[in-house]
Amino acid sequence: MKQYPYTEKKDTRSGFGAGLSALGKTNPNVVALCADLTGSLKMDAFAKDHPERFFQVGIAEANMIGMAAGMTIGGKIPFTGTFANFSTGRVYDQIRQSVAYSEKNVKICASHAGLTLGEDGATHQILEDIGLMKMLPNMTVINPCDFNQTKAATIAIAAHEGPVYLRFGRPAVPNFTPADQVFEIGKAVMLNEGKDVSIFATGHLVWKAIEAGQQLAEMGINAEIINIHTIKPLDAQAIIQSVKKTRCVVTAEEHQKNGGLGDSIAQLLATQFPAPIEMVAVNDSFGESGTPDQLMTKYGLDAINIVEAVQKVMARR
Amino acid sequence: MSSISELEKIASQVRRDIVRMVHGCQSGHPGGSLGCADFVTALYFHQMKHNVNFSMDGKNEDLFFLSNGHISPVWYSVLARAGYFPVAELASFRKLNTRLQGHPTTAEHLPGIRMASGSLGQGLSVALGAAETKKLNNDHSIVYTLHGDGELQEGQIWEAAMYAAHHKMDRVIATIDYNGQQIDGSTEQVLSLGNLTAKWEAFGWDVLHTNGNNMQELTDCLALAKSKTGAGKPIVIIMKTEMGAGVDFMMGSHKWHGVAPNDEQLAAALAQLTETLKDY
Repeated sequence: MKQYPYTEKKDTRSGFGAGLSALGKTNPNVVALCADLTGSLKMDAFAKDHPERFFQVGIAEANMIGMAAGMTIGGKIPFTGTFANFSTGRVYDQIRQSVAYSEKNVKICASHAGLTLGEDGATHQILEDIGLMKMLPNMTVINPCDFNQTKAATIAIAAHEGPVYLRFGRPAVPNFTPADQVFEIGKAVMLNEGKDVSIFATGHLVWKAIEAGQQLAEMGINAEIINIHTIKPLDAQAIIQSVKKTRCVVTAEEHQKNGGLGDSIAQLLATQFPAPIEMVAVNDSFGESGTPDQLMTKYGLDAINIVEAVQKVMARR
Repeated sequence: MSSISELEKIASQVRRDIVRMVHGCQSGHPGGSLGCADFVTALYFHQMKHNVNFSMDGKNEDLFFLSNGHISPVWYSVLARAGYFPVAELASFRKLNTRLQGHPTTAEHLPGIRMASGSLGQGLSVALGAAETKKLNNDHSIVYTLHGDGELQEGQIWEAAMYAAHHKMDRVIATIDYNGQQIDGSTEQVLSLGNLTAKWEAFGWDVLHTNGNNMQELTDCLALAKSKTGAGKPIVIIMKTEMGAGVDFMMGSHKWHGVAPNDEQLAAALAQLTETLKDY
């Protein structure tokens, strides 16, 4: 099992803030909008350095999405920022009509996704956002795993013409992706080559998959671990190539099973290369208050859950 | 710019186009389209600085966003008559593989359309975004919108209204098709709009009123609105209109909001509307 040493834990939202700041300096067309969560989204630096390109819209997310769509007319590249819950479910129709259907170059940047938002509870812990966004034609859906990858993804999506949903989170997590790793939209990242099982993980579950891989190695199981940072478009080639070798699959994500990464991979494999699959995800349930770690344990999103899923799926092979 | 009588002639042809388009596919929304024929004609043939050689970015020209996208027939007719695309294409309205979708869209690349609309309440936000980009681009052109009065029941309109006043979006002119009708009945019956003037003023807008079916009053009001741009406040024009204006049996109720005329009704309607340009 390949080792992934890291020097510090950092939150992915700060990766977004750092990426946005970098873009502010290099791309004069990048503008940012925020619905009263500038500090939470780590957009402060951009707002301070480029006040003329930062738009505080207040607690009015529908207006923010509509404005962002309009701002593309004349060549600006708007990045909207609020919590994932208010970035998607609250404004689904605005995104559908004014962004996705209208093919506008809007980057919907969503923090505090999933259970790891923690104590605020289920009202804020959206676990359906990947599904909502991936169902929209024209929409690209990205869920990076750590600070460095989120920063790189933020920079990469500015150069991509078209609507993008960029999902990240609140807690500090190991920052192990090399700072100079180029982010390629739609290109899976191989983390560990193995032969016994394919583990496809996204977002915060990528690190859990690495931890699981280490535990599995001690058990004599050689897991292939692949970071699927782009859920749409899915890297079908990388996924099928891996499954042809391992013949069984575990997916892992901080999202509902319904509509998530596991769903996308199951659809791909069912039609192109059927193989047993187990999904580590939230099972048709809302979250609740608690610390991020407590919640990940209670809802079955820990490394041990991935290990158990691997044992189960290998037995089904 | 065209004279009042020329504008009235164009509006008459636009009304013919509307009823013929809706009849041709036996679907669509003639009532609001007819009611706004004078306004959209005045906007494109008199008021706006715009370029029929369409570019999505619309730099250094005025922009128009139709927020109540269901009255697409009036917009399509005016765009075609203004030269954005061939008039003959109006015959394809709402038919399979058309660029003239039931509600306006950018997906079919019809010249003149910069944003899909249909789901109500979104156009003012879009206009504010476009206006912010114009500010960044040092472009002092004006951004216009049209909304149905029933559409003002959507909350997003008021989010945008608040933003526009706070940020002194004084090159935005919103207009309201104040016909008092919506699908389920009159706005009074369905959900009263209350005192619209007081509402917009309370939100920090400069409010103008006009008769939306009188070309002279309409063009005067639009000129007044333009003279007020750049003065620190967004501007809204409440246009009193008649749903179905120009066709007597379509006026006076919400009945013709979304109903197509049959052959006899088409003939009766066309008998009331002079063909001033050639029918498509």
